[in-house]
Amino acid sequence: MKQKISFVGILLGLISAPLALADQLNMRRGVTDISGQVYDLHMTILWICIAMGVVVFGVMFWSIIHHRRSAGHEAAQFHGSTKLELTWTIVPTLILVAMAIPATQTLIAMYDTGGEDMTVEVRGYQWKWQYKYLDDDYNNTFGFFSTLATPQDEIRNQSNKGEHYLLEVDNALRIPTNRKVRFLITAEDVIHAWWVPDFGIKRDAIPGMLNELWTIVEEPGVYRGQCTELCGKDHGFMPVVVEVLEEAEFDAWYAQEMANESIRQEALSKTFTHEELMAQGEEVYGTFCASCHQPNGQGLPPVFPSLVGTTVVTGPRDEHIKLVIDGVNGSAMQAFGKQLDAAQLGAVVHYERHAWGNNAGDITQPRDVLELSGQ
Amino acid sequence: MSEVIHAGHQDSDHGSDHDHGPDKGLARWLFTTNHKDIGTLYLWFSFAMLFIGGIMALVIRTELFQPGLQFVDPAFFNQMTTNHGLIMVFGAIMPAFVGLANWLLPMQVGAPDMALPRMNNLSFWILPFAFGMMLSTLFMEGGGPNFGWTFYAPLSTTYAPDSVTFFIFAVHMMGASSIMGSINIIATILNMRAPGMTLMKMPLFVWTWLITAYLLIAVMPVLAGAVTMMLFDIHFGTSFFNAAGGGDPVMFQHIFWFFGHPEVYIMILPAFGIVSHIIPAFARKPLFGYDSMVYAVASIAFLSFIVWAHHMFTVGMPLAGQLFFMYSTMLIAIPTGVKVFNWTATMWQGSMSFETPMLFAIAFVVLFTIGGFSGLMLAITPADYQYHDTYFVVAHFHYVLVPGALFSIIAAVYFWFPKWTGKMYNETMGKAHFWLSFIGVNVTFFPQHFSGLAGMPRRIPDYALQFADFNMISSIGAFIFGFSQLVFLYVIIHGIRKGKPAKARAWEGARGLEWTLPSPAPYHSFTQPPHVPDAEVQG
Ligand code: HEC
Ligand SMILES: [Cu+2]
Ligand SMILES: [Cu+2]
Repeated sequence: MKQKISFVGILLGLISAPLALADQLNMRRGVTDISGQVYDLHMTILWICIAMGVVVFGVMFWSIIHHRRSAGHEAAQFHGSTKLELTWTIVPTLILVAMAIPATQTLIAMYDTGGEDMTVEVRGYQWKWQYKYLDDDYNNTFGFFSTLATPQDEIRNQSNKGEHYLLEVDNALRIPTNRKVRFLITAEDVIHAWWVPDFGIKRDAIPGMLNELWTIVEEPGVYRGQCTELCGKDHGFMPVVVEVLEEAEFDAWYAQEMANESIRQEALSKTFTHEELMAQGEEVYGTFCASCHQPNGQGLPPVFPSLVGTTVVTGPRDEHIKLVIDGVNGSAMQAFGKQLDAAQLGAVVHYERHAWGNNAGDITQPRDVLELSGQ
Repeated sequence: MSEVIHAGHQDSDHGSDHDHGPDKGLARWLFTTNHKDIGTLYLWFSFAMLFIGGIMALVIRTELFQPGLQFVDPAFFNQMTTNHGLIMVFGAIMPAFVGLANWLLPMQVGAPDMALPRMNNLSFWILPFAFGMMLSTLFMEGGGPNFGWTFYAPLSTTYAPDSVTFFIFAVHMMGASSIMGSINIIATILNMRAPGMTLMKMPLFVWTWLITAYLLIAVMPVLAGAVTMMLFDIHFGTSFFNAAGGGDPVMFQHIFWFFGHPEVYIMILPAFGIVSHIIPAFARKPLFGYDSMVYAVASIAFLSFIVWAHHMFTVGMPLAGQLFFMYSTMLIAIPTGVKVFNWTATMWQGSMSFETPMLFAIAFVVLFTIGGFSGLMLAITPADYQYHDTYFVVAHFHYVLVPGALFSIIAAVYFWFPKWTGKMYNETMGKAHFWLSFIGVNVTFFPQHFSGLAGMPRRIPDYALQFADFNMISSIGAFIFGFSQLVFLYVIIHGIRKGKPAKARAWEGARGLEWTLPSPAPYHSFTQPPHVPDAEVQG
């Protein structure tokens, strides 16, 4: 007897728990018109489910309490009722149709692409995002990588975790308020998925395909999401952070970046010293290579090879450069020629050849890379 | 028809004497062609897999107990999520249902054995080798499969560890086993029913397995095709799923889910059958709406072939495609609803008692329905963009698979245990097992709805701080649930060794031909086709 009552108690608890916590851990309403519509759909269908649950489980538990043998109830012997069966086929059908209508409307609204004010290409890599501002005025060259900024010792529990643990990046994607931003989503290696919950948008980033998304955000702020498609070892460590700036602020930032971009282009023809190359190379290595080859160059054999004293890093320089430009087909070693410019490539190759006890004794300038990559 | 049985029987190594028992020792199990022995093998095998997959689940939940990386590194974590899924789906749930089919179908249709006894032996004995091979990959250089149980290309091809080839081979073996098992089940049901047992008089467990077997035959070859294409991409230079070579990674997903969605019904339809036996038995009242139950299962099976892309709403399909798959998916709610309403109506006005099988069956109806509700929510495409690949999905499919499929299997074991062993299990311990499992399962999976809605992606070894509380609760629940299955093991072993003798009709309300046999059931179920009394049929 007692057991059955606690059964009911637990179930009531299960049903009411989501309501009590609705504000804390429900889906967020988000900050765009679309995310608001999605939230409303979610709440509607949730309430429909709760209502149906209350009716069905209500009947069931009433029956469990009253129609039990221990309460002396005799079993009826009916085993069908056309009327009832028709009712519980037709009523749910009507409810579903009623649900499908707003869902269809929202979906159509989401597919209303075109008329964008600007376009950003989003490219997933193992395990980072690349954002490129597609802007014909600047040859579409301006873009950057966005990698996890949470330090390893927070992840390894050696220091306290910050407020935005795992949801913080070195360079956030920046977009302006009130403009229709189109995202072209793709990937370089495996499938990733780009998701900003507060905008109500998520799309898979698939190598060889371009997916389209758009958003218009009115509220400035920092919005955080994550990669949601399993993409290998560090899938849990490639957050999406979008910083929405007031239009004027965004325009000022963008103009500044365009100016820097010209300086970056100039660096390609400069000659650097060993120290300059080592400093820049270490930075590039830390961002792009250390996740596999490890900060100490030892790698994680057998999956990710060590770079200490190997034939490649001690052998002919041009072979080394080519390997980094073209990657190794069929392995996790990507073609970095597409991700890094010649100045960065030169620096990182020079660094690898002279760090961790390696000493090739040569020098790698941006123009050496340019020659080999034919840029 | 009876020649078939005799031929199979005479060729088997124990001759044609009908009164003999099983062989002695290991040979009994290696060479057996007896449906009960093979059923027992399947059930113990899946029980072992349940524990192996369960240990992997506990590794996952241990790592997720708190934010930060504590116990395993992300590479190993991915191997755990992948193998947990593969083992539970292909090693625990599916073989358990085949084991139940082996034990029950011949008895329920009034046959002496399965139609193809030697193939039956083969389809079981493939499995230990398939799973042995798959588990061995965990010890290979580069590790085992780490690309999720859905093994999306190119993560599972170009970027996979070398052991993927063994994984592919293991999947082929499992597929062969399932297809042989299904052929056997179809042949048994269609050819070996006792005279008088028309299709619309068949017990629902038989009906649901018949339909399931057709689903299996339809989709296992599709899975085999998918892994073969992977094999070619990896070793023979093709580019089925490699965009750089002109292939299409999305095609992999279409093929996989064309298999995968029917697969989820393969894991739930027999459960519907089981529950449709247990609830009437303990309500002491005929099943409500037998015909509509059959039609509902058939329509669910049909719909399962045209909803696959609801797993892929985010891959970027055209609007018309999204709408089609949204509507077709919503349709499934209707036949599923019919089943739930019918079970409720069966309980209504009954004279219910609540022995362990009934407790698990009621919990099945309630918790499976909760999983169905979240399924309906996931069908709403715009909302699915927010749920997809988050813990909301994890909560959803664990609700339909654990308190769904697994609870139905446990209920079946308790329900037919007296028939199999001739002994009663210990009811108090059975109830204890139920309550621990019930609490454990809900504490584990209910909070995952919240972490999912709050934005926690699935398959991550570490998470942001706002998800911490619910993950901790979930991990505690997982340990409760995991360890309470040791109680199950205890109840079974204790029942086999020390249980009180069971009556032929162990449950007074139970109906069906199997209950007309003595307990334990004789080694060859019905050597003469039985008369089928009206009182024993469901329809
Ligand atoms: C996603 C993991 C990953 C990242 C990131 C990565 N590598 Fe690699 N790298 C590999 C793998 C795997 C190999 C081995 C390829 C093979 O030969 O199969 C490799 C090989 C190499 C080799 C050849 C080593 C030898 O001695 O054979 C060099 C040099 C190298 N990488 C440089 C780099 C540089 C420079 C970066 C950063 C710009 C980088 N790698 C980033 C995975 C990675
Ligand atoms: Cu990812
Ligand atoms: Cu599905």
